[in-house]
Amino acid sequence: MTMWLIRRFLQAGFVILAMTVIVFIGVSVIGDPMEMLVAPDATQKERLEVAAALGLDRPLWQQYFTFLSGLAQGDFGRSFIYGEPALQVILTRLPATLELAFTAIGMSVLVGVPLGLYAGLYPDAKTSKAIMAGSIIGFSLPTFWVGLMLIVIFAVELGWLPASGRGDTVSVLGLQWSFLTLDGWSHLLLPALNLALFKVSLILRLVRAGVREVMPEDYVKFARAKGLTEGRVIFVHVLKNLMIPVVTIIGLEFGSVIAFSVVTETIFSWPGMGKLIIESINLLDRPVIVAYLMIIVLLFVVINLIVDLLYTVLDPRVRIRTGA
Amino acid sequence: MSEAVLSVRNLRTEYPTHAGTVIAVRDVSFDIAKGEVLGLVGESGSGKTVTGFSIMGLLETPGRIAQGEILFHGKNLADLPPKEMRSLRGNRIAMIFQDPMMTLNPVLRIDTQIIETILAHEKMSRRAAWEKARDALGEVGIPEPEARLSAYPHQFSGGMRQRVAIAIALLHKPELLIADEPTTALDVTIQAQILSIVQRLVAQYGTSLIWITHDLSIVSQIADRIAVMYAGRFVELGAAGQVIATPHHPYTSGLIGSIPSANARGQPLAQIRGTTPSVLNLPTGCPFRTRCDHADEACLQEPPMAPDPAHPSHQFRCHHPLALGVAQELEPS
Amino acid sequence: MTDLSQSPTLAPQRSEIEPPIRRVIREFALSKIAVGALALLVLLVLAAVFAPLIAPQNPYDLAQLDIMDGRLPPGSQAMDGSVYLLGTDTQGRDMLSAILYGLRISLGVGVVSALVASMLGATLGLTAAYAGGRVETVIMRLVDLQLSFPVILVAMMILAVLGKGIGNVILALVIVEWATYARAARGAALVESEKEYIEAARCVNIPRHRILFGHLLPNCTAPLIVIATVQIARAISLEATLSFLGLGVPVTEPSLGMLIANGYQFILSGEHWISVFPGLALLITIVAINLVGDQLRDALNPRKGA
Repeated sequence: MTMWLIRRFLQAGFVILAMTVIVFIGVSVIGDPMEMLVAPDATQKERLEVAAALGLDRPLWQQYFTFLSGLAQGDFGRSFIYGEPALQVILTRLPATLELAFTAIGMSVLVGVPLGLYAGLYPDAKTSKAIMAGSIIGFSLPTFWVGLMLIVIFAVELGWLPASGRGDTVSVLGLQWSFLTLDGWSHLLLPALNLALFKVSLILRLVRAGVREVMPEDYVKFARAKGLTEGRVIFVHVLKNLMIPVVTIIGLEFGSVIAFSVVTETIFSWPGMGKLIIESINLLDRPVIVAYLMIIVLLFVVINLIVDLLYTVLDPRVRIRTGA
Repeated sequence: MSEAVLSVRNLRTEYPTHAGTVIAVRDVSFDIAKGEVLGLVGESGSGKTVTGFSIMGLLETPGRIAQGEILFHGKNLADLPPKEMRSLRGNRIAMIFQDPMMTLNPVLRIDTQIIETILAHEKMSRRAAWEKARDALGEVGIPEPEARLSAYPHQFSGGMRQRVAIAIALLHKPELLIADEPTTALDVTIQAQILSIVQRLVAQYGTSLIWITHDLSIVSQIADRIAVMYAGRFVELGAAGQVIATPHHPYTSGLIGSIPSANARGQPLAQIRGTTPSVLNLPTGCPFRTRCDHADEACLQEPPMAPDPAHPSHQFRCHHPLALGVAQELEPS
Repeated sequence: MTDLSQSPTLAPQRSEIEPPIRRVIREFALSKIAVGALALLVLLVLAAVFAPLIAPQNPYDLAQLDIMDGRLPPGSQAMDGSVYLLGTDTQGRDMLSAILYGLRISLGVGVVSALVASMLGATLGLTAAYAGGRVETVIMRLVDLQLSFPVILVAMMILAVLGKGIGNVILALVIVEWATYARAARGAALVESEKEYIEAARCVNIPRHRILFGHLLPNCTAPLIVIATVQIARAISLEATLSFLGLGVPVTEPSLGMLIANGYQFILSGEHWISVFPGLALLITIVAINLVGDQLRDALNPRKGA
């Protein structure tokens, strides 16, 4: 188990290192940082001065190591727009994004698992067929379009829910949270629903397939033969077996939820890091872009680690394998 | 013979499919007395497992009991409300399955899987249930039951898993145990162990046992009576000794003839020619006639179940019974 | 199985004389919904191709626009007496015309990127499958890395570096899509190269590239076509998203996503037709492609039918 953990951490470190190279090449080699840093009307002399000040006249590999040592110290440079350290700018926006992402994931599980269970247990029912047809539409609709429709319907036409912002927040541990106030919830609901819709389709299809696969298994028949209630058979014997693929997909999709929060946050003016990154791209705020990318990579690696660890908790068979 | 624990009357189980209705079990009737062991023999697809599931009330959709009665102490299980049926299952009627690697849920601990069965039928504290679970594992010969309780199924061998399944099935000393080929998937030495455990406990608890198998040699060792199934029907039913010694149905005779130990060394094994017909495409009349050496026009009509005049409890379904038949009669000429 | 092969009379006669393409068409036609979706798709493609001929106005010829007609609801009369079926945007542009022109760009970007990505991906995938060893490892690691990051994120970053433009959007889409094709092509090729005819081709010393493209590729096209259909829909959706975010096509060449973004600011004031109609056009296109792709997958599945 320890060996396995160490190996896993080494792998994670390698992925992060590889991504620093890609990000560095992306921002410093393909994109011209001078263009982003110097005013268009600057003279040649000014350009050279800036280049020298930033070390852009040195060989690439030296630049890379400067870049890397900066990253290691959490120094991504100062945001051109906010005048604060880029990392700090991102981190102040991170809780809002995480709040949105977790709410969306929670919603997709709470909706997707029961729908998938139903569709799997009663595959021939009309309701099940409607659920499956709905999931195809859920797959097809672009996130941003769904967001717009949610605003048109619930904010503009019905006027039930607000269309933008985070609403009232409560400060816990120095961070602002919306989910602790009723007003916050009303602001959180639409964007979270928007972000959740695609995942609901995904999870319900996964659960349905899982149910169809597990139900004919002997251990389900044996559980029935033991005289267990149908509820216990389904919610303990079947569902516990389904949790493994569901947790995996949640882990793997968490990254994509964070990525798509860029779209949702822009539509609903949710002040998270997704909205920030779009603004930063449009304003060419390079340090913030780099900081965002590295945080995303870090997030991905951490999520993958957590999923792997959860695996061993949920599936006793994996525990043996990793222990060996 | 004392009053029957289970009495099956004209059971007919159907599976409606797109290609037509499959009659998996038809016109099956038998009794089983307290403590009796009935061997249910047949090839795969002969309907023996479906018979077991029909009794348990666990037919897979779209399967259904179309006709007949399953009387358990005089109560018809075929139309028992699901709730009452559930309280019988795992309590007064239990079942063990063929493949021990598949019968235990891989993601639940052994103690969970035993204790949930206890608590489904009895009110008791978790502590008491745990103790009962531990004792049950001890009964089936699992060493260090306390420690093994907190293990997962994959940490057990196949034989040990089957012991756990048996322990679970016998937790409430059921009146009827249906064993669906529980030794088929195991090594020969383990088979004998499992067989003797079941035999011992069943005798100890006075449990009636239906042992489903395709292996006539196992059944001849343990069964009081033997029922032979072919294409969903009983073709022969009688006391074990009589069925083995004087089989009346050519199919039974063929089965006996194909047991290696029943033949003299150096002699070619007798075999039944042809293959089991598809249930969707059975020959009219006697379903065995296309494979039978004795078949004639009479066999175009399906024979009824008839008693042997000398031993009325020995029944068969054949127009041309091998009256005092022995295995050699059916050998290919 | 063996019984069937021994008695050829049992095998359906039709499949022996029916060419594969006919079988695919017959299988495809089994779903009325899919046939309807295909008809709709053909209609959309024709509308996009012939947009300049059928659109009521050229939405980007400023001479034809009348600012006085700005933000009219659907069905309004123009100053010159004609009717704006789907209303107008702020600049008095006829939305129907704008949508037809936008469809042109959306479909074009989707199809071109899928074509390029499928060619690139198939070539790399086949090479990986056939070459094996280190080449395969490198290509497949790249595929894994590519697929482990959400496409929208990667595309966003590429466009952040390269800037807006139709060419850049296509490039970004190709970069995020090739991996899917590569993996599918490799998978199909691995199955295929086990077969005896490839072995036979190797034995008679046919050059490697001939085996790759002459023998393996034709036998891997069915899965690739199915993936390509679905990927076109994904590409269109992704392009629309990127353009909506302001990272995709330039203002001068607005795709459907861009049109939706332009109308977005008016949604809150209730003038939602500026966004909703382009959105519906986008939606219908994507759903139609997905339905066709779904049925195509069933029809092309050689295990089914003959």
